Amino acid sequence: MTGQNRLPAPNGHLIDRDRPVTFSFEGRRYSGYAGDTVASALAANDVWLLSRSFKYHRPRGIMTMAGQDGNTLIALPGRPNCVAERIPIREGLVAAGQHYSGSLQRDRNAWIQWFSRFLPAGFYYHAFFRPRGVWNLWSRYFRRMSGLGVLDERAIPGNCDKQYRHCDVAVIGAGPAGMQAAIDAARDGGEVLLIDEQAAAGGSLHYARACADGAHEARQLRTLLDAVRAVPGIELMTDATVNGWYADHWLEIIRGNRLIKLRAGRVVLCSGTIEQPALFRNNDLPGIMLGTAAQRLIKPYGVRPGRRAVVLAADDSAYGVALDLIDADVELAAVVDLRDRPPSDARTERVREAGFEVLAGHAIQAARGRRHVRSVEVRRIVAPGRLGGRSRRIDCDLVCMSVGRMPAWQLACQAGARLVYEPGRATFALAGLPEGFTLGGSVASGCNDGSAPWPIFPHPGGNEFVDLDEDLQIRDIRHAVQSGYEHIQLVKRYSTSGMGPSQGRLSALATARLVAAETGRSLSDTGVTTARPPLAAVTLAHCAGRRHYPALRSSIHHRHVEAGAQFLQAGAWYRPAYYGGKDEFGDAVTREVLAVRNGAGAIDVSTLGSIAVRGPDAAEFLNRIYTFAYARQRVGTLRYALMTNEAGFVIDDGVVCRLDDRDFYVTTTTGGAERVFRTMLHWNAQWRLDVSLANLTSAYCGVSVVGPRSREVLAGVDSDIDFGREAFPFLGVRRGNVAGAPAIVLRTGFVGELGYEVHAPQHCGEALWNTIMSAGAGGASGEGNATGGIRPVGIEAQRILRLEKGHVLVGQDTDALSTPMELNMRWAIASGKPFFVGKRSLKVHDSRPPERVLAGFCIEDPAGAVPMECHLLVDGQRLIGRVTSVARSPALKKIVGLAYVPPDRAQPGSRLTIRCDRQRRVTAQVVKTPFYDPGNARQEL
Amino acid sequence: MKILNCPLNGPRNIAEFTYGGEYRAPPDPDSASDREWAEYVFFDENCDGKVLEWWCHTASAFWFLVERDTRTDEILRVSRAVDVNTVDVAVAVDGVAEHDGPGEGGETGQ
Repeated sequence: MTGQNRLPAPNGHLIDRDRPVTFSFEGRRYSGYAGDTVASALAANDVWLLSRSFKYHRPRGIMTMAGQDGNTLIALPGRPNCVAERIPIREGLVAAGQHYSGSLQRDRNAWIQWFSRFLPAGFYYHAFFRPRGVWNLWSRYFRRMSGLGVLDERAIPGNCDKQYRHCDVAVIGAGPAGMQAAIDAARDGGEVLLIDEQAAAGGSLHYARACADGAHEARQLRTLLDAVRAVPGIELMTDATVNGWYADHWLEIIRGNRLIKLRAGRVVLCSGTIEQPALFRNNDLPGIMLGTAAQRLIKPYGVRPGRRAVVLAADDSAYGVALDLIDADVELAAVVDLRDRPPSDARTERVREAGFEVLAGHAIQAARGRRHVRSVEVRRIVAPGRLGGRSRRIDCDLVCMSVGRMPAWQLACQAGARLVYEPGRATFALAGLPEGFTLGGSVASGCNDGSAPWPIFPHPGGNEFVDLDEDLQIRDIRHAVQSGYEHIQLVKRYSTSGMGPSQGRLSALATARLVAAETGRSLSDTGVTTARPPLAAVTLAHCAGRRHYPALRSSIHHRHVEAGAQFLQAGAWYRPAYYGGKDEFGDAVTREVLAVRNGAGAIDVSTLGSIAVRGPDAAEFLNRIYTFAYARQRVGTLRYALMTNEAGFVIDDGVVCRLDDRDFYVTTTTGGAERVFRTMLHWNAQWRLDVSLANLTSAYCGVSVVGPRSREVLAGVDSDIDFGREAFPFLGVRRGNVAGAPAIVLRTGFVGELGYEVHAPQHCGEALWNTIMSAGAGGASGEGNATGGIRPVGIEAQRILRLEKGHVLVGQDTDALSTPMELNMRWAIASGKPFFVGKRSLKVHDSRPPERVLAGFCIEDPAGAVPMECHLLVDGQRLIGRVTSVARSPALKKIVGLAYVPPDRAQPGSRLTIRCDRQRRVTAQVVKTPFYDPGNARQEL
Repeated sequence: MKILNCPLNGPRNIAEFTYGGEYRAPPDPDSASDREWAEYVFFDENCDGKVLEWWCHTASAFWFLVERDTRTDEILRVSRAVDVNTVDVAVAVDGVAEHDGPGEGGETGQ
């Protein structure tokens, strides 16, 4: 019922035999135990064929049982490409194979493997790069034939999130070395995080057999686990994959739905080794697996990996595997040892004493079988990689390969270490680790207990797979080298070796050996390809995490919501675009424009940047920062402020208010506040003038009261400021109490009407708004009329109002290369000053005629196409400029806009052709700005 | 993620900082030729080895200097910008023609 291959206890210490679990695979129901993975439960039920390979649709099954390769990729509902060795079974789980046509057992596309000799690495590049475009036709077919799982586009991904953590010592890998390293580090008083990607700590102690006594590892595991629990300061984190190392020991860890970013004081890498497969014909058949894979099935899961086994040995751990197989009631057909004279240790002696056949100096030339291995052909080794003598056939349904190991090198190499080949031990070792990064256990001490000879045996028929993920055979790697791609990096890119799910864990050593042999270089010179994060696949959901969009809302925000505002985001700020329904855009904006022109409007200007500049050198500082002059600015006045960078291009604007001799209040654009403040501090880090700067942007709110009735509205607000025409002239600044708030009031003219900006501490915003709105409520001609009560005005209307005045909006009408001269703002440059940022560059700009100028235009024809921002100005087919702002002016009842035009076309009366959507052209006429109120009389009322 | 040791805030993640470009002493704007000035404004040394750079801790808007090896990305030294005075211009107010009011158009920006 729960599987014919299940072994009795003490095997199966990770499963709970009291809790059977039923699940389905490929439409059939199976039973396993809690603690089983999909792979172990299926193996217990004698199901070995789990997937079909990427290119040739070959049958594949368990190869490593470590969950780090592409041989057991299955599909769960909504989740393709899950590793069956890592997915725990649970009641009702529905799993399926993937990448086949028909059924997993009888894949209709399996014929492709018989044509593999016609599909060498690089086949696509060679066959389909010419004629141009043919790839697009063929690729549709290839995409159906190749590739892995299918993404379910309707699947709703689970929530992923991110966590930020710190520790003194991160120990990666909770095997015996990792546990001991954690204990040592914690005893030294550090805060230790012990991380392992498997479900249970213990590493090789769960399955390996280092001595003849099979119970040794279990005892050691208990001792170490007890110590890890007993020593304070160790946190054990299992099911967690350290997926990348970044500078200064910043580790990326994937754990379930969480991406953990860990800052470690130092790192101890105890990642152990990766057992490597041998290369012989059909070495990918189900039933052929690493020795450790068989051990991982037997001990933690209590699954017998086969009935009759051949062990292919090149190191002594193979004899531990053989002993485990014997103990698990597997018939041991033979041990085929690549070495002529296997050294003797307790394990080899036990195997020999028990009377099992050891074929020294032999190797497997080929495996046979259709969907599972049924026999192997064994021959004598006559030279490294060459077999001779009589072939002997041994029937078996299990081949365990223990022919050598690689240190689990990736994280160390990401941190800057190099792999150096040690020919004596036939293995790579790691050298050149960065500070604070140490190795522990077998990743450091080398891997092979006993030297491992050359485990690569080419076969005339091919199918000796180097990279199982990518279906690469020995001849594919040779073909890459022979095609001229001799560098290991080029071999990788040409052949795709190491690009699959196992990321070269099982193929890097074999590829390096083949390339070294083919090019006559040493293995150290050949090396392996660069290790880069991530180590394992990361879903986009992990990268995205939860959505955190920072948002800034002014203190008056709720009043805008009540007034029915539609919001838009300007930087992080939410600003009212207009007040009215979503379908009312045009009418609402016109209503607001007319309210400002004929009555009064209130605009929330809290989002403007505001910076306090104080100190004995404040005026000098501003003189250097802005193009205009401030040294002799009178207290109680404001001046326009235009900021250029060192290259002389406009980067921001605002106003400078002189509140006192040494006390200035400066405004910036909404998006520019942080940048301008930072730039100011950068300059003063160099100038070191006696000035203090404070960014008041989020500390201050602002309400702009504009329109011919604005003075009347403010007269109705409780204040000690005289808003009268003489007492508070245009471009004046007053400090005082407005509606109970300590305010700074600016008389500006941005929208070209009489207007006052009331700036006050942020917490006063709502009260200030309420007071102003109720003071302005009683209109001359009643509610609903354009000349009625005060209206809240959004930024859409504000943009039209300023455009009617021809005012430049920095960021919209300027780009990264706009000079003040191009913007007709020579008046804003105080060229008599000895210095300001950008002055020298402006002198260079000024020595040459400008290539473009910003000019106002209008379109009289109301029936023609309406241009939009960024539409191009054309002269025949030639592009000569671009529209930066355009709107239908409610006051002038025509379309007005600003555009960059060649200087010879900037004269009023010049005609411009604008290319609109769908190639429609419209003629515009250059006119002088301001479009509205050319004499600027209204703002000075 | 790299750690940068800010002289004001201590060691912080590099994501908290804004890069301010290479430290370069400007030539005298009055005597420099157009070409010298343009090279100062637009060209970086971009050298292979030790560089001196401006960095700003974004949240506190604190600027300081960092000496870094571009080959190893190793930070060799951080320092407050007290030893530099790159733009030493005269504080001149008197005798300079200044506009008293806004120029033509009388713009005040927002």
